[in-house]
Amino acid sequence: MSDITRQSLNSLVKNIKEKKLSSYEITKSFVERSEKSKKLNAYITEDFSNALVKAKKFDDSPNFDLKLPGIPIAVKDLFCTNGIKTTAASKILNNFIPTYESTVTQNIWDEGGILLGKLNCDEFAMGSSNETSYFGNVQNPIDENLVPGGSSGGSAAAVSGQLTPVTIGTDTGGSIRQPASFTGTVGLKPTYGSCSRYGIVAFASSLDQAGPMAQNVEDCALLQEVISTYDPKDSTSIDFKRNQYRKELSKNIKGKKIGIPKEYRVDGMPKEIEELWQKGIQHIKNCGAEIVDISLPHTSYALPTYYIVAPAEASSNLARYDGVKYGFRSEGYNLIDMYEKTRSEGFGSEVQRRIMIGTYVLSSGYYDAYYLKAQKVRRLIKSDFDEAYKLVDAILTPSTPSSAFKIGEKKDDPISMYLNDIFTVPVNLAGLPAISIPAGHDAKGYPLGLQIIGKAFAEQEILDIAYAMEEKIEFKNKINDWWM
Amino acid sequence: MSIDLKTIKHISKLSRISVDDKKAEKLAGDLNSIFDFIEKLSELKTDNVQPLTSVAETTLKLRPDEIKSKNIREQILKNSPADNEDFFVVPKVVE
Repeated sequence: MSDITRQSLNSLVKNIKEKKLSSYEITKSFVERSEKSKKLNAYITEDFSNALVKAKKFDDSPNFDLKLPGIPIAVKDLFCTNGIKTTAASKILNNFIPTYESTVTQNIWDEGGILLGKLNCDEFAMGSSNETSYFGNVQNPIDENLVPGGSSGGSAAAVSGQLTPVTIGTDTGGSIRQPASFTGTVGLKPTYGSCSRYGIVAFASSLDQAGPMAQNVEDCALLQEVISTYDPKDSTSIDFKRNQYRKELSKNIKGKKIGIPKEYRVDGMPKEIEELWQKGIQHIKNCGAEIVDISLPHTSYALPTYYIVAPAEASSNLARYDGVKYGFRSEGYNLIDMYEKTRSEGFGSEVQRRIMIGTYVLSSGYYDAYYLKAQKVRRLIKSDFDEAYKLVDAILTPSTPSSAFKIGEKKDDPISMYLNDIFTVPVNLAGLPAISIPAGHDAKGYPLGLQIIGKAFAEQEILDIAYAMEEKIEFKNKINDWWM
Repeated sequence: MSIDLKTIKHISKLSRISVDDKKAEKLAGDLNSIFDFIEKLSELKTDNVQPLTSVAETTLKLRPDEIKSKNIREQILKNSPADNEDFFVVPKVVE
């Protein structure tokens, strides 16, 4: 069956449960398509032969009560997988084999998921184009000259290119939503504390959050249902009542109040993004929800705040890579020299740049002026949302200020690269959930996304809104398999 | 504000990343443009604002301090670039 890889996750699950398809048939289809898709460079590590063995094993003694019965899934190479190389797309972890499993991936295997392989991303998830990976850039299945976005670029390319039915990414400043938007897929960044960070290679601990990426909202809801659990191994994991996100999914959003923040209408935003937004507003109205104009006055301070907070936390988290206990080592004439050479040769230039920024803003004499200041502004940004949520249930914005850009286009201009995350970063700073759904195409035929931001722990609400809008939008991804 | 080469060398030392002169110059350029961008925050008055350190408004929970992993010394040492018997090996630190 050549159309297996075109099926949604929910239809694959249904077909397995009704014994119309075996796990082996499904896994084989995705393995074969992945084999033919090397040009995309979506994988860092393939685990295809193990996946086929596990699929056979599942078919021999199937458990149809599981939520992902025998479903093959590739994951971002930022999740530690026990016994399988985990690199964070960095030279410094090029040969690292974890001795433990991340909670989020464990949840997937516990529900019957089967690992297909580890997907490419920006080095340590630092980037918006997947061009900072030590293992080379990923190509966007939409067009070979385009970046897939980042940092979960391999994940987004793998879902839109149908190399995996669904996947998981991580989102620190937009790393799930921006690549989802660039590839015509759906990506959810859950509330901070919803998905365990245990076993995820840390970038910025107060911002990082894992989340599902899928071809449609229903698949996204099912995967979120699986990965979101309370985990005592993550001290910031939050014990709240989680919904059965897929089971409870509803298109009824009548009477909901959706906010449109005027500050997101930024200078120089292409006309087609504004038009997309207006169309989204119309869809919301057609669903019986109400549009309310709101203000998030500190929006323009979010990116500068992020570029203090995230590098500060990164410089601290990445101090552990010293060439002693694991990873790459460069020889030196003494211990300090060894550290300095290891880190200089082991980290790529974007990671070094961010470690340097972080070290500087935390260093003596600058801490108050930068780091403390940023934490105060972060409070103001969060308060903006708190105020807005007194008036509305959710907020609708574009996901990105433009469609996918060309490979190499922004590589040497960090600021213009950072500006890509202008609509996604405030959400991380406030710890809120947000989903990006494909909502249309620009004049070049490239996909564009809309973002729905929710109240903390209101994943169900934004999934419902996305589900209702998805039906009205009727988005079709334009993929012609150019790489095969 | 301007970050000079001396400051770059100082940060490079603090972050244990060796930087030659050519790289230092590139970094100074990049960091200066990034800090020009960050400077926008100084427009805001924040004297009476409490810093936000975590959005997870929760008190840290306690759990029993139990060893849960099995004996994985060998696998852990296998990840080391240099080991000797049960130890990690680093360049000599004492004469």
